[in-house]
Amino acid sequence: MTQFLFYFLSFVAVSAGLMVITAKNPVHSVLYLIIAFFAIAGHYILLNAQFLAIVHIIVYAGAIMVLFLSVIMLLNLNKDNEPAKSNVLKLAAVVAAGLLLVTFSGTLKGTESIIASQPFDDQIGYVKALGKVLFNDFLLPFEVSALLLLSAIIGAVVLVKHDLK
Amino acid sequence: MFTPDLIFKVILILSIFVITLVIAMYSTYGERKVAAFMQDRLGPNRAGIFGILQPLADGVKMFMKEELIPDISNKVLFILGPCLAMTTALMTSAIIPWGSNINIAGTDFSLQVTDLNIGVLYVFAVTSIGVYGIMIGGWASNNKYSLLGALRASSQMISYEIAMGLAIIALIMSTGTLSLKEISAAQAGFHWNIFVQPLGFLIFIICSFAETNRAPFDLPECETELVGGYHTEYSSMKLGFYLFAEYINMFIASAVISTLYFGGYNFPFMNSIGLSSNAVAILGVVFLFAKIFFFIFFFMWVRWTIPRFRYDQLMRLGWTVLIPLAIFNILLTGAIIFATNN
Repeated sequence: MTQFLFYFLSFVAVSAGLMVITAKNPVHSVLYLIIAFFAIAGHYILLNAQFLAIVHIIVYAGAIMVLFLSVIMLLNLNKDNEPAKSNVLKLAAVVAAGLLLVTFSGTLKGTESIIASQPFDDQIGYVKALGKVLFNDFLLPFEVSALLLLSAIIGAVVLVKHDLK
Repeated sequence: MFTPDLIFKVILILSIFVITLVIAMYSTYGERKVAAFMQDRLGPNRAGIFGILQPLADGVKMFMKEELIPDISNKVLFILGPCLAMTTALMTSAIIPWGSNINIAGTDFSLQVTDLNIGVLYVFAVTSIGVYGIMIGGWASNNKYSLLGALRASSQMISYEIAMGLAIIALIMSTGTLSLKEISAAQAGFHWNIFVQPLGFLIFIICSFAETNRAPFDLPECETELVGGYHTEYSSMKLGFYLFAEYINMFIASAVISTLYFGGYNFPFMNSIGLSSNAVAILGVVFLFAKIFFFIFFFMWVRWTIPRFRYDQLMRLGWTVLIPLAIFNILLTGAIIFATNN
């Protein structure tokens, strides 16, 4: 059952991901991306990481993609007014994507030994366990990321306020 | 395969589904009667005694009307919009504890479809994806008024979600759990959360009004500015779905408010009146529904009392009043917890 669900969700995620880049209409792309996010949230639930799954849906599907969608709806993008991209830009994009692929494969290559040394704990995704880990073992990174988010909020306010002297 | 537990769950799910639809149906009737009462009119009184068959007549009318799909709109998304609005409206009912355990032939059955470890966050997630039905419908209509309604809906819901989430954080701090079952059980008798979190409740109910697009926050379908808002182009039962989803949302929001702040299925002196546990459980369900009906009435009461906000007033209220107030509430809750623990 779990294995079937895994393959089903992976199929949905990968095909939705492909549709994001092949869809002609930007609004359709955004909607496919939302489907991909839901499939990934399903993967988290399969790993018993309920908290991560629901936060993933709240933050990505519920907030960021809504903003994306409203911006794209307002811009009214279509083929006619899309600026033509130069060949240099295309080449740069290919190189960047290829480098990302190298990074990903390098990261994922060593995971088998990690899985063997640290067996899967099905309690880790629950709120209580996660909270304890975050506030005991990883307090400094947690606070630093909170600071990062705070600076992003302040930055957004500064950008919006033109008359701020 | 067909364990008693599974059969009970299926019956529970189906009955919650039917009850939700019936309550949403009669909320439309109730709203018109409440409006009539407040404006010193009679309200619907032609179909059946006291007009009690009016929702059925409305339903038949909705199904019989001609169905129009605008020529240049995106057909798939145009149909997907109302379907999504309806689905997300119905999803939250899965985790609301409608009562405590009921004992049939020696086995305990929980009157809650599923108790998620992350209960409150699930409610929050469903609310936050609820906006897609409106946005997709509004965009696919290919109409400026619809698009404006959809954009208003999305920015309004995102803005009020923040204050709502912050109000919930303060509640979680004082209850110490995310599970709705445990939150309900902790309020046994008369230990309702409203006495612990009055400010949080105030923020939460204001945000509920905004999230359900009810007056005074019904800007996405503001008739005086936007014709019909996001559902301008919709007709027949697709329009019916949007209107229906609003009433289901109102019912679910009332159920969530009752569960989180008003004790859920608990009622005063529930353990000292000396009834059997089954009788207490059934009485608890009755009390929960009484609370829900009160809040549905409250939603209507506000709608026919307070005039609609202007859009900039709505945004200012959300960002400069409710969010700071919610953060203050979190600090206050934290200070009180710190003081009582030492």
